[in-house]
Amino acid sequence: MVNLIIDGVKAQAEEGSTILEIARFYGISIPSLCHHDELTPYGACRLCTVEVEDGRRVRLVASCLYPVKEGIKVKTHSEKVMKGRKLILELLLARCPNSKTLQDLASQMGLEQVRFKMENEDCILCGLCVRMCAEQMRSGAIGFAGRGQKREVVTPFRTASEICRNCGACMYICPVVDLQCRGVKSPGELCNSCLVITPQCLGKYDQVMCTLESCGACVQKEEK
Amino acid sequence: MKKIRTTQELGSLRNSLVQMRDPNKPCVRVCLGTGCRARGSANVMISFKDEIERQGLEIKADCKQTGCHGFCERGPVIVIGPKEIFYQKVKPSDVPDIVSKTLLNGEVVDRLLYIDPITGQKALYEHEVPFYKKQTRLVLANNGRIDPTNILDYIAIGGYQALAKATTTMSCEEIIDTIEKSGLRGLGGGGFPTGRKWRSCKEAHGDVKFVIGNGDEGDPGAFSDRSLMEANPHSILEGMIIGAYAIGANQGYLYVRAEYPLALKHLQTAIDQAREYGFVGNNIFNSGFDFDIKINRGAGAFVCGESSALMASIEGKMGEPRAKYVHTVERGLWNQPTNLNNVKTWANVPLIINNGTDWYVKMGTENSKGTGIFSLVGKVNNTGLVEIQMGTPLKTIVYDIGGGITKGKRFKAVQTGGPSGGCIPEELLDLTVDFEKLTEAGSMMGSGGMIVMDEDTCMVDLARYFLDFLQNESCGKCVPCREGIKRMLEIVTKITKGQAGEEDLELLQDLARMVKDFSLCGLGQTAPNTVLSTLRYFGDEYAAHIRDKKCPAGICRDLITFVILEDKCTGCGACLKLCPQQAIDAYGLTHTIDPAKCIRCGICRDACPFQAISVK
Amino acid sequence: MAERASEYKVNEIIRSYSYEKSALIMILQETENLFAYLPAWALKHVSEKLGVPMIQVYGVASFYDAFHLTPRGKHLVRVCLGTACYLRGSPRVLESVEKELGIQDGETTSDRTFSLQSVHCVGACALAPVIVVGERYFDKMTPTKVRSVLKAGAG
Repeated sequence: MVNLIIDGVKAQAEEGSTILEIARFYGISIPSLCHHDELTPYGACRLCTVEVEDGRRVRLVASCLYPVKEGIKVKTHSEKVMKGRKLILELLLARCPNSKTLQDLASQMGLEQVRFKMENEDCILCGLCVRMCAEQMRSGAIGFAGRGQKREVVTPFRTASEICRNCGACMYICPVVDLQCRGVKSPGELCNSCLVITPQCLGKYDQVMCTLESCGACVQKEEK
Repeated sequence: MKKIRTTQELGSLRNSLVQMRDPNKPCVRVCLGTGCRARGSANVMISFKDEIERQGLEIKADCKQTGCHGFCERGPVIVIGPKEIFYQKVKPSDVPDIVSKTLLNGEVVDRLLYIDPITGQKALYEHEVPFYKKQTRLVLANNGRIDPTNILDYIAIGGYQALAKATTTMSCEEIIDTIEKSGLRGLGGGGFPTGRKWRSCKEAHGDVKFVIGNGDEGDPGAFSDRSLMEANPHSILEGMIIGAYAIGANQGYLYVRAEYPLALKHLQTAIDQAREYGFVGNNIFNSGFDFDIKINRGAGAFVCGESSALMASIEGKMGEPRAKYVHTVERGLWNQPTNLNNVKTWANVPLIINNGTDWYVKMGTENSKGTGIFSLVGKVNNTGLVEIQMGTPLKTIVYDIGGGITKGKRFKAVQTGGPSGGCIPEELLDLTVDFEKLTEAGSMMGSGGMIVMDEDTCMVDLARYFLDFLQNESCGKCVPCREGIKRMLEIVTKITKGQAGEEDLELLQDLARMVKDFSLCGLGQTAPNTVLSTLRYFGDEYAAHIRDKKCPAGICRDLITFVILEDKCTGCGACLKLCPQQAIDAYGLTHTIDPAKCIRCGICRDACPFQAISVK
Repeated sequence: MAERASEYKVNEIIRSYSYEKSALIMILQETENLFAYLPAWALKHVSEKLGVPMIQVYGVASFYDAFHLTPRGKHLVRVCLGTACYLRGSPRVLESVEKELGIQDGETTSDRTFSLQSVHCVGACALAPVIVVGERYFDKMTPTKVRSVLKAGAG
């Protein structure tokens, strides 16, 4: 067993487990988009980034992949981490503005404006569908192709796949295309009517003091 | 061909080679590195061979091909031993003169000597040439001396002695200890202590281990790896075999970018010859150690210079990096312990084994021992390959070795570390070059690219250039790099067009900090460096673009105007003929440019023989 | 018949690498050299013979700059946009080439004579700006030299 401190809480974890696993075990919620417990971790969305102090230095790491080590001190909601997560989400929303999942996350983080030129994509390239098809359905009909801006999820040659069994697992697992929010006001503006929490404690402490999700105790929006 | 199995056999072979070669016999060494080749040095070589044959001089004079001598600006370059007379810009038509005068009679062909453009002084011997004077050429020492396609040349100068010493007289622990104590650090970018890396790999769990030589060199403007691979491939091989022996790896890979065909060819020849002589294969030097090595070609992806992406590429996959919380020394190629080092780092190993730690630590600074190798390019008079002791001031490199700025212009900045690095401004020219000092200044050592810029460089445009490069090379896996660099590029492009406001600058800085901290791999983590370092030292240029909508360096097309100076224009019409937009009109004797039609392409300015076209 | 002969050539390449899956990239490089691009049938053939999933072969073929899935021109014109060349004005040279050939960076002329590709660093920085046509290097390029260089390179 490995001893560590996570958000000030003394925790114990089995060797080989990741910070994300142990955080969720202790009820600390860390957002993620490209992670699923039943699939191999991927570390691409970077939303699950946390601060780790390992005795020598402080680093930002992807908690879905970082293996717990003896004596590390983890902060899951420090100011730096919160700021970065918000900006990552803003970038994703600029790419896929109609995704309800992204909009919900935006509300939770208090993101109200997208300052980038908006696009109209459906896919955030999280790779869950690819891993689902390969690992759970053992098919491998779809995969990534292209590099950088040209990266996309496709079948070979973009033609109908001979090995796709039409199981629909890829659509099932997709976090973004699932529900489409059609209520976008004007480009860049988010309605935030789903949920708004702006942690007040960040002003006083260098990280959010409670990581309980959506209790709403710190900020309540008045219902009209 | 009997394999060399003992130190004695190696020694006798070397002695017999040395005895066979008359040190006083004149020998023309022609540089056939890629740079000189592009200027026709292959024809120079053929001309020498033909001329020597024609005059029946084979007994009296030799001619030999070598790899890159380093002074690429003056290519084609030749050196004539034993005196080491240095001739530059040699053409095939010069060959008969050189043969009759210099080779046969020891006379100098004056017109081929190097003349310092500032002092006017001529240099006769190689060591007199200012470019070479202040260098400490150790790793590159033999680049211009040996024929890279002939292993006997390498053996004659002491090659594979270090391998013999390591495998027959040293334990693995002693070898790793030596490299650790020498302070050798990775010369591919990260500067990680090599000895420590070797030790971690040795201690990692796994019975199958690998060593890799990284020759991907994707940084635009860097060609030190190329030169070394072309000119002295055995030095890299020898280092890798020693390292593999110490770590316990039986298989090695050399990963070389496909854009370096000559390097690939010479490395393969070297491997084949080393195998013939028993330096690669079974039971090396009767130690019981087996080792084999293959070459893997890169396929055009800058990101494959990153160690985990490189390994994915060797495995036959897309070059996507992975998180390295568990280091590749523990789980690398096919999840086995793998030690990857840049080819320059490997080439240092035989030198350290042969000469000892004490010799090596005397050179360099407290934390950066030995030498650094840099490709010095851009607006300097002497462009080429430079090797200096760590701790040499930048000023020395730019002025004493580089010969100062071309066309007498003003120095503006030096970009080091490639797209992952930053710019060092004039006020920091006294900076002594080592790993820590460069990082403190906001740049990094990187792969050794050193690009000198003058007053005509726009630093905002430079940041745009590197962001554009990195956007194209990003693998696209993680959000910060893929989306973040794209949006940073959008903002910087806006700035170069005079369309940005203060809030854009703030957003740019927020993005830069996030991409640096949240990206998955080194490409994304260092991508914001050029933006951050140019903002740090050249903030006034950004301000000029944003506030005043002006480009002080006269580069950003949307913010400049081309004008014809009345007092200099003679009405010759050279510009009018070439203007692609027909934007130039002739009014009487002088010409004028119609700003509405002008696209600021600059063709007119290049064509004007009177420098009558200026940029505002 | 021609297809059989081509398939045979691809088999030869795969055999020369001892059917090693990890040699995929080099096998594709040699295949591209043969046909001047990677035809779909060749990729499928490699996937089958080598035992590598088609999606992986396709992914690799689409990731690296060395691979092209559409036919290329007879003469490849590479304009270096590496830092040293960039600072010495190579983007203007690229513009001139684009204008002269009537195509954009990355495209091939309709008669398949020329393909244009900007590259980042051919390792001849002292000769900047550099163009490579086929195997020939042309140094110290300017927009006005483009026409004659293209003629010479194709020549």
